[in-house]
Formats: sequence, C-alpha cells, structure tokens
Amino acid sequence: MADTDETILDLRNVSMAFAKRSGEPLRVLDSISLSLRSGEILGLLGRSGSGKSTLLRIAAGLIRPTSGEAIYHGAPLAGPAEGIAVVFQTFALFPWLTVLENVEAGLDALGLKHAEALRRAEQAIDLIGLDGFQSAYPRELSGGMRQRVGFARAIAVQPEVLLMDEPFSALDVLTAETLRTDFLDLWSEHQLPTKAVLMVTHNIEEAVLMCDRLIMLSSNPGRIAAEIPVPLPRPRDRLDKEFGDIVDNVYGVLTARAAASVGALRQAHGGPGQPLPPASVNRMSGLVSILAAPPYNGRAELDTLARSLGLKVNDLFPIAEVLHILEFAELSEGALKLTAAGQVFSRSGAEQRKQLFKEHLLRFVPLAAHICRVLHERSGGSAPRARFETELEDHLNRHDSERTLRAVTAWGRFAEVFAYDDKTRMFLLIPRVR
Amino acid sequence: MLAPIAAIHQPEISLSPAALPNYALRTTMRMLAALAASLLFTFTYGTLAAKSRRAEMVLIPLLDVLQSVPVLGYLSFTVVFFVSLFPQRTLGVELAAIFAIFTSQAWNMAFSFFQALRTVPHDLDEASHGFRFSAWQRFWRLEVPFAVPGLLWNTMMSMSGGWFFVVASEAISVGDLQIALPGIGSYVALAIQQQNLAAVGWAIVAMTVTILIYDQLLFRPLVVWSDKFRYEQTAAQVVPRSWIADLFRRTTYLRRAGDAFGAAAQAAARSRLSFLPHVALRPWHPPARWLDVAYALCALVGGAYIGRQLFHFVTPTLSRNDLIEVAINGGITLLRVAILIVIASLIWVPIGVAVGLRPALAEKVQPLAQFFAAFPANLLFPVAVYLIVRFELSPVIWLSPLMILGTQWYILFNVIAGATAFPTDFKEAATTFRIRGWRWWRDVMLPGIFPYYVTGAITASGGAWNASIVSEAVSWGPVSLNGSGLGAYIAQMTTAGDYPRIALGIAVMSVLVVGMNRLLWHPLYRYAERRTRLD
Repeated sequence: MADTDETILDLRNVSMAFAKRSGEPLRVLDSISLSLRSGEILGLLGRSGSGKSTLLRIAAGLIRPTSGEAIYHGAPLAGPAEGIAVVFQTFALFPWLTVLENVEAGLDALGLKHAEALRRAEQAIDLIGLDGFQSAYPRELSGGMRQRVGFARAIAVQPEVLLMDEPFSALDVLTAETLRTDFLDLWSEHQLPTKAVLMVTHNIEEAVLMCDRLIMLSSNPGRIAAEIPVPLPRPRDRLDKEFGDIVDNVYGVLTARAAASVGALRQAHGGPGQPLPPASVNRMSGLVSILAAPPYNGRAELDTLARSLGLKVNDLFPIAEVLHILEFAELSEGALKLTAAGQVFSRSGAEQRKQLFKEHLLRFVPLAAHICRVLHERSGGSAPRARFETELEDHLNRHDSERTLRAVTAWGRFAEVFAYDDKTRMFLLIPRVR
Repeated sequence: MLAPIAAIHQPEISLSPAALPNYALRTTMRMLAALAASLLFTFTYGTLAAKSRRAEMVLIPLLDVLQSVPVLGYLSFTVVFFVSLFPQRTLGVELAAIFAIFTSQAWNMAFSFFQALRTVPHDLDEASHGFRFSAWQRFWRLEVPFAVPGLLWNTMMSMSGGWFFVVASEAISVGDLQIALPGIGSYVALAIQQQNLAAVGWAIVAMTVTILIYDQLLFRPLVVWSDKFRYEQTAAQVVPRSWIADLFRRTTYLRRAGDAFGAAAQAAARSRLSFLPHVALRPWHPPARWLDVAYALCALVGGAYIGRQLFHFVTPTLSRNDLIEVAINGGITLLRVAILIVIASLIWVPIGVAVGLRPALAEKVQPLAQFFAAFPANLLFPVAVYLIVRFELSPVIWLSPLMILGTQWYILFNVIAGATAFPTDFKEAATTFRIRGWRWWRDVMLPGIFPYYVTGAITASGGAWNASIVSEAVSWGPVSLNGSGLGAYIAQMTTAGDYPRIALGIAVMSVLVVGMNRLLWHPLYRYAERRTRLD
C-alpha cells in the first residue's frame, strides 16, 4: 500500500505527565517515537490507560507533550495545524447545526468565501454518502450517520493527515462494519485527499482489518511494547489463516503485557496503592463458573472466551485481571487458567464462595486489608472515605483512585469485610456477632 | 453625589384608562432596555469569569453577594446617582429605573452563562480546537449556542421578576425628590394616593394583557427557536409550539425576512475576527502559588478599603441603638419569611404534586402558575391594603402574606415540574407494593420532588426578602400601615432620605439573605443532589 516511505508526521521522544495536586506527576506516556508515513494507515493499540488517545491528541496538536515533540512539515507542532483533521469517538457534532452547517463549520478556520466553503462541504457530503441529509440535525440521525458527518467534516478540510480516535467504537457491530468498509473503499480507490491515517482502537480485529502497521502500547506509563506489520493485501478476509495468525499474535502480545503489568504493578506498589479494575463480584463469579465448566474445563483463550460470550476483549480484561489479582485464575499468554482456589470457588455454594472471596480479598488486595486494619485500629470502628482517597491519590490519578475505591468498596461489602455508609461517607466495621 | 437635586420637570400622570396602553408600552420598553443591558453584561462578565481563573476568584463571590442584595433597597442610591449624572432631565430617572430592573435580572443570567461556559462538552471543545476556530468563532459557534437553553430559561425567570421591580421603581420618593415616570407603576401609585380602586383594577387588567402579549410575541417564539440548541442527542418528547414561530415559518415574506436575518448572523459568527494568531496549547502547569497569594491579597485589600469607606460613610450618624433596632427588625422579617415559606409549602406542595401527576391538568395549570409568578404582585397590594383598612385588621399579621404573594408560585411550578418528571416506573412500583398514605409521601413522592422543591423555595424566599421592602409598609390614600420589620425600616428611611440608615438596613438584609442561603438552602440543595442520584 505504501507509495513512498516519506514521513509525514514524526513523534520524537514524546513523554506526557499530568501534574497532580500532591506528589509526583502522573506519567502517562514515556518517550515514544513513531513516524507516520505517506500512504499508510497506522494503528495504535493498547488497553485503557495506555495513553493512546493522549498520543493521538499530541499528534493533533490538541495537547502539548511534557517533553519531546511532534514534527509536521519540518517544524514542531504548536497547535492544531491546517493539514491535520480529527475524527472523534463521540462524533463531536454541534447539535445546533445541521449536517451541512456542521461540515461547513470545519471549514470556518480556513477563511474561505462562503460559496467555496459550500462547494467543498457538498463535495465531502456527497463522497461520504450523506446526500439528502444536508438539512437534518444530528439528533435526527442514527449513530452511523452521525459518524459519517464526523468523517465528512474532517474530509472537507482536505487534510493531509487524518487522525481517528476509536471512530467506530460508539457504533453497533453492523453499522461499524459498514462504515469501515466504506472508508476502506474510499481509501483504496484513492478518493480521499488524505496521505496518511493514524487510528486509535482497542478492537484488535478492526486494527488488523484496517491498518498497514500496528503499534502496541503498554500501560502505566504508555510505552511502545511492540510493532506488528500487517502485510496483507486488501480487501482483507477475516477467515484467512494469515489474518487469524496476526490477530492471535496481537492477542498474545496484549495479554502477555497485561499479565506482566499486573505483576509489575504489584511489584512496584506492593501496598494499597495498586489500581484495581472495576469488576463486579457477579461477573467474577460468572466467569469462574463458565471457565470451570466444559468446554473450557478450567482454561480458555481470552479471545475465544470473549467471542463466545459476545463480549469485547476489553470488557473481559478487567474481570480476568481481578481474578488474577485475587489468585482465582492465572492470566498468561492470552489465556486464563483457573487456580486450585478458583476450582474450589466454582464448586462452592453461595456462603462458601463469600468466605473464600473474603480470605482472598484480605490476602491479595492490600487496600482491602489496609482499610480493615485501620477500622480495627480506630476506636469507633469507622474511618472517613476521604482518608483513603488522599492516600490513594499519592499513587494514582483522581479517576483511577475513585475507581479503585469504588471497586474495593463493592468487594468489601460483598465479603462483609467492612461496611460503607454513603450518607456519612464513612467506612464502618461490621460487628462480629451477627 | 448625594446633594439634593432641583425639581425635574415631569409629565403629569393621568388616571384615565385610555392612557394605560401608552404607559404599558413605556413600562415594557424599560424592561427591554434592561434586558439588552443584562445580556451585554452576561456575555462579558460571564466570559471573563469563565476564562480567567483569577478573575473568577473575585467575580463569582461578588456575583453571589450582589444576588443577595435587595434591589429595592439601594434604589434610593441609584436614583440619586443617575439623576445627578443628568440633572434637569428625566433621562437620569429613566436610567435609574432601567438600572433597577437590570440589577434584578443580570446576576442569575450571568451565573447561568458562566456555568454553561464551564460545562461545554469536552469533545465539542476539542473539535473546535481541532478545526482551529478563532475565539470569536468559538464564542458564537460553540459557547453561546450551548448556553442558550439555560440562558433563555434564566432570562424568562429574570423577566418575570423584573415586572415587580419596574412597577416599584417607576414611582419613588427619596427624601424631597419625588419621581413618577409615565408607566403602570406610577399609574398605580397615583391610584393609591387618590384611593381609586377602579383605576387599580384597570392597571391590573393592563398588566395582565401586557404580560400575555410579551410572552406570546417574545418568549414563546424564542423557546421554540432555542429547542434546537438542546445538547441531548435524542428527539424531544414535547416539542414546544408557538403561533408566532409558525407564522414566520409559513408566511413567505416573513420567512424571507427571517432567513436574511439568519444569514447575516451566520456570516457574522463565521468571520474569524481574530487579530491574534491561534493560541498554542501549553501543557497544564500547577498555577504559581505566590501569584495567587499576591492576587488574593490585592483583592482582600481592595475589599477592605471599600468596606472601610462604607463604614466611614455610615458611622458618624449611627449609634448602637440603630444597630439594635435593625437587628430586631431583621429578626421580625426573618421570622415572617420562615413562617410564610412553611405555610406556602404546606399549601402548594400537595397541590403541585396532585397537579403534576395528572399530565393533562399540569399542561393547563403550569402556564397559569408561571403567569402568576410573572405578575407583579405589588399591583395587587392596594386591593389587600384596602381590605385590611376596611376590616381594621392588624397590619403586623395581615401585611405579611403580601411578601410571598408574588413568589409563592415558584414553589408551585417547580413542584409541578418535579412531579411531572417523576419516573413512571417508581410510581408503578409504589402502586404495586400498595405504598399509600404518609409512607407514600415520605418514601416515594417527597424525595422525588425534593430537588425541585428546594429550587423553588430558594427563589421564593429570595423574592420574599425583596418584596418585604414594598410590602411591610404600605399606604392607602392618607392611611399608612406599618407592619414593622426590616423591609418597613428600609422603606421608611428611603422616604426620609436617611442614607446611612438605608445602607445599614441593606447591609443587614444582605447578611441575612446570604446567611440563609449558606446555612440552609445550599446544604439542602447539595443534600438533595446527592441523595436523589442513582449512580
């Protein structure tokens, strides 16, 4: 696909850290270098928290990196540039403008004559298949049509570089497939004014289907974990063996990174500062039961499991990760395997499960044990939530610490390790005698 | 600044009903002028507060205080000030009236705009940066449209509050300065002087017609138009309608005129109008602490200086006795407001719920309640005063209800809105589990409408404080009734032209209002917000 190897957009040693109110700044991206070359679609893959969207925003000039730079046409980006357009995950359409006005709005900054702006907008609308919808308001359109407007708006500015931030992830499966195919057709037939595309996604199949090259990011902080070329001819067939091999390869890299990152986190923090993914006890229980039963009999590949459950791998990850943390299962090389404790858990009744969960929670989740210890130490048997919030925020950002605290609250309540009163925002000890 | 002013030539007010259309028109023009000023203020003040963190540190608390200062209290100061700017002419008096209406409207509009600017959706914000909008384009393309629904709602609230103040500010006497601007307010004032109950009736009719026309010609079409600025991406359940808007859409030449106007506005919004290059983004740094401290210090010193000047202005003439008198009066009015809010709640909450649960009825009652809220209750005062005089009732008790006459409707229509929005599945769940009687109120309905009720009660109590200035001391011809209280105190001092004591009265009332907001309403509001969320 690559016409030339000319580099269009060059990220050099880009690092990003967000300042926090206290303690060390939070590192999101760690010295990342990559080049977007002419004629390619480059995919950025990674789990949530790997900073892939942040990287895309740096490439768009929407955020300035803490160090390093994005070079476009030989000069570092100082802000959004004329030749770069963005397609947003949430479409980001102005609800008060019609389809035509939305597309024209993208041209506002160019200072064109109105007739010229109108002509270019109409052209883009026509190309993207929105003819007849010019006077509709976004709220009258389905999700797929809305994202078409997002594409038309980006294309109308005739960008040299198109940046797409999970452009299909807010759409249902069928609509996403149609849009992907339509986009790839326009791309393959060179109907777009665009020379190169950078696309963020967490959908592995989508990445392999669309991209010429994949960059995999690891999490906390985001680093380039691997680069995988996709040398398949277009149009690509999901059922091809080669296609499947690449998908499997990507899964392997991703899950290996996941397991490693869980281990690394535990090594790094070793204390209550470990971020906990949000996974409800019901989902954990459900996954253990399914994993224990045939055909898996205690071991399953994550992608097979995800596909048979109709889930995205990204939805499955947090649950698998929590099972790994609690040592009910082991996550490695793209597979999830029940441990002995997990086997016992699967065979137990409700009361026993609760007991087992409680033991593992206190043993393997330092934060839960920490809260419990504090409650025992304090005379009233209660402690304000704010206390743990501040402790967590030494290690995590606001969002992660909130999520972690929420997860541990739910688990602690289920295991009856402690209680939590939202009215007073206090953790309480459960009286031993019940 | 406060030097006595020579008599101003003023047109005679006529009590003939035939003069009323002209008066109504003049009153309305004052409202419109104030509205224009309020919008201008909103766009500048709100933007400045939202864009500059340091400006916000001063502007927002200032707005909070200004909101609580009783408008009618400082009328005497502004009248004298504006008249001294344009002596010998009515322009100063007109400006004073407009300024009074402006101060009753501008604060909550600016607040609403500020809040909208703060909550502009992140993705739209990024899109506008990504497509390199200039600040001007961003303002008209993104920020103003996003703020429109909230701003329009607040404007309507302000306008309905405004009628009260325009009526009160048209006829006023400060010391030996007597002012009567041609308008409905002066008409009523003269009617009261001459004990002409029929003229009061005519004024009420004229006001009713004016408000109805205003609503139909201005606000209905605006509400229809603003519907497209809703941010939710779903279709509306109830589409607002207006015959004026339909007229503009269906009639060819009117539509052309509308389109031409729209195109001009579009072109203006589209032009870049930027003299500066696009602002490059910088990584966010924690702001420099010492600069903050220095800035806060400057603000504090400035505030202290103004406070000291005020203090010096007040102290020479005031003694401790004044303070005690004002405190006692403040206590009386506080007690009144509290009792009235309780009584109004006991009456209107059950009625509001009953109406709100019947959608067909709610649709008819809601506009009525909104109309009553807009109707300047001070036009009705003479009728009540006439009855009190006639039946020789005690003014201390019977003048009190006047305070809440105009503002109780905010409780009603907020409760109706809350009951209408109450989720059907909750209602059905309550029915299937046969939850009835007191339990139904306690566990189902009251928690459901609570946030709405609090919103209504805040507005009602704020309005009641303001109204106390015109309702605690009233007259009917030669008969003067004094219900005592802080409002009566301020009114008396205004008539006497005793500025230090007016200032003292206003200050105490502001403190009471701010205190009530901070200690009662804000905590209640936060509690309501926290308790009624599901996630």
